[in-house]
Amino acid sequence: MTALALTKPAELSETSILPGRGGFFGQLSDAFWRHPRLLLFLMLTPPLLWLGIIYIGSLIALLLQSFFSIDDFSGLVNYEFTLATYAQLLSPTNFDIIIRTIIMAALVTLASAVVAFPIAYYAARYAQGKWKALFYLGVMLPLWSSYLVKIYAWKLILAKEGILTWIFEKLHLSWLLDGILNLPVVGGNSLSVSYLGTFVVFVYVWLPYMILPTQAALERVPGNLIEASSDLGATPSQTFRTVLFPLALPGIVAGSIFTFSLTLGDYIIPQIIGSSRLFIGQAVYAQQGTAGNVPLAAAFSVVPIVIMAVYLWLAKKQGAFDAL
Amino acid sequence: MIPAVRFQQVSRHFGPVRAVDSVDLEIAPGEFFAMLGPSGSGKTTCLRLIAGFEQPTGGHIEIFGETAEGIPPYRRNVNTVFQDYALFPHLNILDNVAYGLMVKGVGRPERTKAAEQALELVKLPGYGARKPGQLSGGQRQRVALARALVNKPKVLLLDEPLGALDLKLREQMQEELKSLQRALGITFIFVTHDQGEALSMADRVAVFNNGGIVQEGTPHDIYRRPKTRFVADFVGSSNVIAPDMMTALGGEKRWASLRPEAIHVAGEGVEARVEHASFLGAATRLSVDIRGTRLHVMLPAGANVPDVGTSVRLVWQPVDVHYMDDAA
Repeated sequence: MTALALTKPAELSETSILPGRGGFFGQLSDAFWRHPRLLLFLMLTPPLLWLGIIYIGSLIALLLQSFFSIDDFSGLVNYEFTLATYAQLLSPTNFDIIIRTIIMAALVTLASAVVAFPIAYYAARYAQGKWKALFYLGVMLPLWSSYLVKIYAWKLILAKEGILTWIFEKLHLSWLLDGILNLPVVGGNSLSVSYLGTFVVFVYVWLPYMILPTQAALERVPGNLIEASSDLGATPSQTFRTVLFPLALPGIVAGSIFTFSLTLGDYIIPQIIGSSRLFIGQAVYAQQGTAGNVPLAAAFSVVPIVIMAVYLWLAKKQGAFDAL
Repeated sequence: MIPAVRFQQVSRHFGPVRAVDSVDLEIAPGEFFAMLGPSGSGKTTCLRLIAGFEQPTGGHIEIFGETAEGIPPYRRNVNTVFQDYALFPHLNILDNVAYGLMVKGVGRPERTKAAEQALELVKLPGYGARKPGQLSGGQRQRVALARALVNKPKVLLLDEPLGALDLKLREQMQEELKSLQRALGITFIFVTHDQGEALSMADRVAVFNNGGIVQEGTPHDIYRRPKTRFVADFVGSSNVIAPDMMTALGGEKRWASLRPEAIHVAGEGVEARVEHASFLGAATRLSVDIRGTRLHVMLPAGANVPDVGTSVRLVWQPVDVHYMDDAA
């Protein structure tokens, strides 16, 4: 047998218990090792204070505001508990705003999910190496540029004298564009002043928020589940319905929380691109600004919170998070 | 008789890599067939070609006389037990087992009944309501088996199904699989890199290397008469002796294999030095050195075990020396 030998650097100690490193940080390391909860406590306290006081606190302040009312004559806030503001919220004009916003948010979410799924599926299943990097770049790149710049760019694309009109003209498809613009409700003078335009820009702007969680969920679905499903006799469409979609659902729901709530709260896109009818975000902006009716603005802000709570509750009830 | 599976010059190349290269193969109906080989030898690709997950780049595949190439997996009456089971995590055990029947449009009462029977068959009755995550590895393996068998496949493919189980469970499952196969009469095709598993379970074994079949035969044949040096090396515990050494020992100048249990310690014969002795319970295995060649010698229980470092003399019958090709 050959003799085994290890040469030993001079710095290594001969004792079986190594001496403490000493100094403040050495002591600290030992203390944290002995009391792991202490470290956790120190790490979590600042963010919890931030979340608890500044974030949750301001939400509660908002909620309280909505139970006050405004004095119609003086324009001052009357600090007494009342449901009058909520009654005002449900008046036909304001209720219209809420319904319009919810429908838009739902359609934007649905369209985002439909557009995002194939892209996310490709990225999760097939893209590798530099193609995957390209995918991330392609999805994230629009997020690097200013939101306002993108929206104004879209205004130029969708405007009556814009690129899209020009393209349709060159393809001799102007009749198609006119037909679309002549549709009731969604149409308008040009795409940039129609609901359709608002919808297209919403989908464009929020799409990355749908693609990324969907892609993350699909990435976690082992490839052999797809094979197993096929092996057991499921056609590709059956596999999609019974295996792929249920397993991707938590990701799609996570993405839809983004697209839905961002659409509910946005006030810039419908202001720049769309008909002049208001969305919740614009109503909040107008009420707390020019109108100075902070209680009504607060009540409007409560609407998306309630809708999101109901949406999450329904999603949970439907088992959207079972595969988590 | 129509073979359950027939490969005619089947190849599956991935670019320059010849995963499977011109393989001819016939598997009889009702046979327990093992595909044995090291990783990358093409055995799993062969299995995937039968399942339909891969399409051949050349050659012809028949399943019970019907052309299989170009047919998607969901149209093949062939089911697979996957290496890591591939149970659907969002479905409970009953729905997992009933999945194949569900997608084929079998009604709920009927498929529930069939799934419960299948679970009983694999000795997991009453587990239907649980989720795959709540089961142990061995139980998941049984569910995967039930999920495949409930479809009454013509051919059952098993991809290293016992690889993730511990030794005791593995031995138990080997016996159960074997008796299940006998009882059901379904053709089982089994991929493994564990020669012990292949030899103990299969009716016939194909040894794979470099995308081709090196030797095909009964476990007895493969163990006793390995065709090439590779087979002797891979299949087992046999001593592989180089041509030069064989001449020195008075044999032909060819590669040969000599089973450890055929070598005996005696008062005369070839001198060897004992390097190592391992107690195996039923026997003791000696590692001895003969002029630089290491051989294993199996001593039956009760025999005198020589001390490590001493010299012994070894004899064997010339008929026990099996000559073979040098090829891989």
